[in-house]
Amino acid sequence: MTYVIAGSCIKDDSCIEVCPADCIHPKPGDPDFETAEQLYIDPELCIDCDACVEACPVDAIFAEFEIPEKYEYALDLNAEFFAEQSTVERTAA
Amino acid sequence: MRPRPPRVAIVGAGPAGAFAAAAVLRARGDAEIDLFERLPTPWGLLRGGVAPDHQEIKRLDDTFDRETLQRGCRFLGNVEVGVDVSHSELMRHYAAVIYAVGAQTDKSLGIPGEELPGSWPATEFVAWYNGHPDYRELTFDLSAKRAVVIGNGNVAADVTRMLTLSPRELERTDVADHALEALRDSRVEEVVVLGRRGPAQAAFTSAELRELGRVEGADVQVNPAEIELDPASRRWLVEDGIFTARKNVELLREFVARPARADARRRIVLRFLRSPVAIRGSGRVEAIDVRRNEIVRSPDGSLRPRPLEEDVETIECGLVLRSVGYRAVPLPDVPFDERSFVLPNERGRVLAHDGEPLPGVYAVGWIKRGPTGILGTNKRDAEQTVNCLVEDLRAGALREPASPAREQIDALLAERCPDLVTVDGWRAIDAHELERGRGEERPRVKLASRDELLAAADAGEATAQRG
Repeated sequence: MTYVIAGSCIKDDSCIEVCPADCIHPKPGDPDFETAEQLYIDPELCIDCDACVEACPVDAIFAEFEIPEKYEYALDLNAEFFAEQSTVERTAA
Repeated sequence: MRPRPPRVAIVGAGPAGAFAAAAVLRARGDAEIDLFERLPTPWGLLRGGVAPDHQEIKRLDDTFDRETLQRGCRFLGNVEVGVDVSHSELMRHYAAVIYAVGAQTDKSLGIPGEELPGSWPATEFVAWYNGHPDYRELTFDLSAKRAVVIGNGNVAADVTRMLTLSPRELERTDVADHALEALRDSRVEEVVVLGRRGPAQAAFTSAELRELGRVEGADVQVNPAEIELDPASRRWLVEDGIFTARKNVELLREFVARPARADARRRIVLRFLRSPVAIRGSGRVEAIDVRRNEIVRSPDGSLRPRPLEEDVETIECGLVLRSVGYRAVPLPDVPFDERSFVLPNERGRVLAHDGEPLPGVYAVGWIKRGPTGILGTNKRDAEQTVNCLVEDLRAGALREPASPAREQIDALLAERCPDLVTVDGWRAIDAHELERGRGEERPRVKLASRDELLAAADAGEATAQRG
């Protein structure tokens, strides 16, 4: 199971602040942060804790089994973002 | 004796102003903040810019309300700084003034015919359908079959959607009633969206582009030849391209592969590598001439469009919406950078002509960095400005204002602004609009004229005074 961020994300970083698994990227300061249109959740690392859902001011985050039809694409999209560069690669010093 | 709480004025209650107020309160819980706003309603482009069918984004107003107005930040609406109250007057009443006025006008294309009736800045169309009281009286002629949208950014995507959504979809939104009525009767069947660069350079987010392919009853058409990537773009996409650009190209290829539907009510036609060269018509817009571009690598390494020496193509249309960017306007008595269209600043500290910081004057949002970024960008931008402000407070770099008592600014406003809207007035407007919305099963039905807004606000102000 994972949570996913949909296209209504405004790149408010409240979710990043509360994520205990450090699985939401890109983060402020990352080279691709400014050009990113939204934030993404790494499905490999998400621990399904729901903290980001509570923190998101625009309800852009959904549990995998509750994604509205118009955002169904977001499941693949979040995974694909990390297929290009995984969290492990992003956080390697 | 404990030091007096810092008095801070924020000019502009849009997202940048709201994020700044919240950041000041996080850093200095004792700060007394007055949020000045030209309109009777707060939250700026969240209310007047974000598209009506993006209701989830508009929910950010709850966070703004909770983190500012509910924490004692005062709303002073229907007050225009620079007209009703001057910059120097604010400096007499507050230790710090943060400008968050945004970018209030649009860039022009500089082509013949731009000013013909029927050719509009997209921002005016946006303000009109979102119920901005200054734009309510505009009339958009939607009687021609084809409209042309110039630009490839998210405002272009928004106006394209608004022109093509079905009445059924529009009725579920908080689009202004006058716009709903006009759009219901619209005879526009085709919206052509012109991008001067190629698909790899389009400024749409992939989310907005995807939405264009999901408008109920509308076909999206892309000419395969126009999205074929030139070698430079292809290399860029693989080597340095951003995730969004790759998704956009993928989506456009998917649009090409879709079969046209015989029963489509409307069409969205996405054109690339096309620049408008003239808008034509006798007395009003009848057509637009466009020229084909190629993509070339410029000396600074960026990929730019270059016009090809070919005949122009003429596209007949009755409406042109120009969406090529916002531009800020100068404020009276505050330094302005005429080349970058921002307040000259360093990390949000506004600089005087000699390059030194003007004590107590700050900028945040588009008037600080230019019209870039999305809503959340303003949060970090506000934190940067507010960090400077807090440092300056700590260092004793801010002057003690001459008239620091709340009663003093209130007396001035009472004299100048008889129709001041406070938080009570805004709450009455908000409750009234939400109530009307419940009756029609819509998220909100906006009051879209200043008179209606002030009448609703008055009821709230009166109740608050009696209470």
